[in-house]
Amino acid sequence: MIELIDISKIFNMGKTNEYVALKGINLAVHLNKVTVFRGPSGSGKTTLLSIIGCMARPTSGRIKFLEREITSLPERFLTEIRQKTFGFIFQQLNLIKGITALENVMLPSYPSGERYSSLKKRTMGLFDMFNITDRAEVKVEWLSGGESQRVAIARAMINNPLVIIADEPTAHLDSKLSKEFMGIIDVLKSEGKTVLIASHDPLVYESGVVDRIVDLRDGRVDGAKVS
Amino acid sequence: MKRWIERQKNIIEFTLSSLIRRKGKNGALIFVYTVVVFMSASVIFFAYSLKKEASIILRDAPEMIVQRMIAGRHELMPISYKEKILNIRGVNDVRERLWGYYYDPVVGANYTLIVPRERALETGKIAIGRGISRARLANEEDTMEFKTYDGSIVDLQVESILSSDSELVSSDLILISEADFRRVFGVPENYATDLMVSVRNQKELPTVALKVAGLMPDTRQILREEILRTYDAVFSWRGGMMLIILSGAILAFIIFAWDKASGLSLDEKREIGILKAIGWETSDVILLKFWEGMAISLSSFLLGTLFAYMHVYFTSSALFEPFLKGWAVLYPQFKTTPYIDASQIAALFFLTVFPYTIATIIPSWRAATIDPECVMR
Repeated sequence: MIELIDISKIFNMGKTNEYVALKGINLAVHLNKVTVFRGPSGSGKTTLLSIIGCMARPTSGRIKFLEREITSLPERFLTEIRQKTFGFIFQQLNLIKGITALENVMLPSYPSGERYSSLKKRTMGLFDMFNITDRAEVKVEWLSGGESQRVAIARAMINNPLVIIADEPTAHLDSKLSKEFMGIIDVLKSEGKTVLIASHDPLVYESGVVDRIVDLRDGRVDGAKVS
Repeated sequence: MKRWIERQKNIIEFTLSSLIRRKGKNGALIFVYTVVVFMSASVIFFAYSLKKEASIILRDAPEMIVQRMIAGRHELMPISYKEKILNIRGVNDVRERLWGYYYDPVVGANYTLIVPRERALETGKIAIGRGISRARLANEEDTMEFKTYDGSIVDLQVESILSSDSELVSSDLILISEADFRRVFGVPENYATDLMVSVRNQKELPTVALKVAGLMPDTRQILREEILRTYDAVFSWRGGMMLIILSGAILAFIIFAWDKASGLSLDEKREIGILKAIGWETSDVILLKFWEGMAISLSSFLLGTLFAYMHVYFTSSALFEPFLKGWAVLYPQFKTTPYIDASQIAALFFLTVFPYTIATIIPSWRAATIDPECVMR
């Protein structure tokens, strides 16, 4: 379980442009489930996901991951947790242009010191899983929207994380690709992954794959619903 | 250890693909960097070679030369002056020297003719330098014509081609017998070009020079130390044109490194953010940028040094020739002999590769310490 205790996040604290993104969030996120954080722009969805994923620290409050308090860990340990526990799918996909799909997916594992050949073998396994094997050696800028999306998911999966975090994953996809994406999420769920999605797309939160919807508004939890 | 090596290999793999990805920008960087290293290394090689050549020439140079002057011009020296100098306390030996320049209209070059001390040449025989041999296509047993002072022609046979450590010494040199020298230039028997003086104690040399000046006010004294100092002033790191060229190259490098240090492009910053977001640590990003800096600076250093070596030793410093070699009479041909001073190459390495690599790391470190969260937005 991921437990959020009284989490607040204030940007530019003490300055004229101070902004309170999260206000005392208390929440328990269950593992092996698909949870959607729903809310309008500026409700704090992305900030909450980045705090859960150890990308940013809360201004106050604590996070417990599998009963272990991780908020106060030094940067190095936090990076290690982020690397091993979380896989990220970004709204803009954030694939690195100019290199192949294969390299993009292998990239998160480069610093781990895993042998290049075994890493490549593992990566090709993911390409097989997502049906994009023949696109492995293609530069990412030549891929279609759907292919890029799968490459981004494969990259999130490369370190075999417990939790997949996706921020507005369907924002730039048409309905067909959005449904395809939720299909992949279903596969990941069946493999025992925990999936956290921030979205205000009905195709996402109305999907049968979703176990729980958490509504956010003005940096607070507005209510939670279990499907 | 194995994991550490694999980590370096993986990151180097990505470094190289990153460099190829921005081939336009990196190609321009390597080009500018190579030019800077090329200029600096050329100056260093050239200066060092000339200094080395000069030291070879001066190794056997007399401690003091006495020349007669009339109206501020070098004149023939009466051999009778020899006795006067020999009488000065501390003087070990005085010998006359016969040497001069001969203009050969066939190839349009000046030769240096010397009557050797150590080697007795038969009358009618000469030994010539490689440069003359090349220019006149003259080999052993061939005959060369010389026009004497009164317009008559003398045929001299080439006995041998000179080989020497330094082309500067031998290139335009002709060794000739005393009788032939006097015949060609019309130098009377009781005259020489100048006198060479050796002393028992080196420390007495300035005193002896002063005494010679006092005894023979129509002479000038040239000390070996003075010639060495002149060479040093012109060609040392601190001196003359070398300093101007070298400081120009170093200034260009500082501007270049400063430009690099002043920041990363938006694209590069975004990429660092992505790497951090997908799990790279700050140290991994710095390692990546370190290898990037090393790959650029090391390849530019090697290319620049290689091109400089080829420039100085294969093309006889074609770029510097017009304004650096004009100071000496180097006809008919001059080729610098390769001499490399490892400490100077090491100095160049530390002056270029290290500052550049550090200049690359600092902005990356600043960019890598940001929260990876910013790529979520």
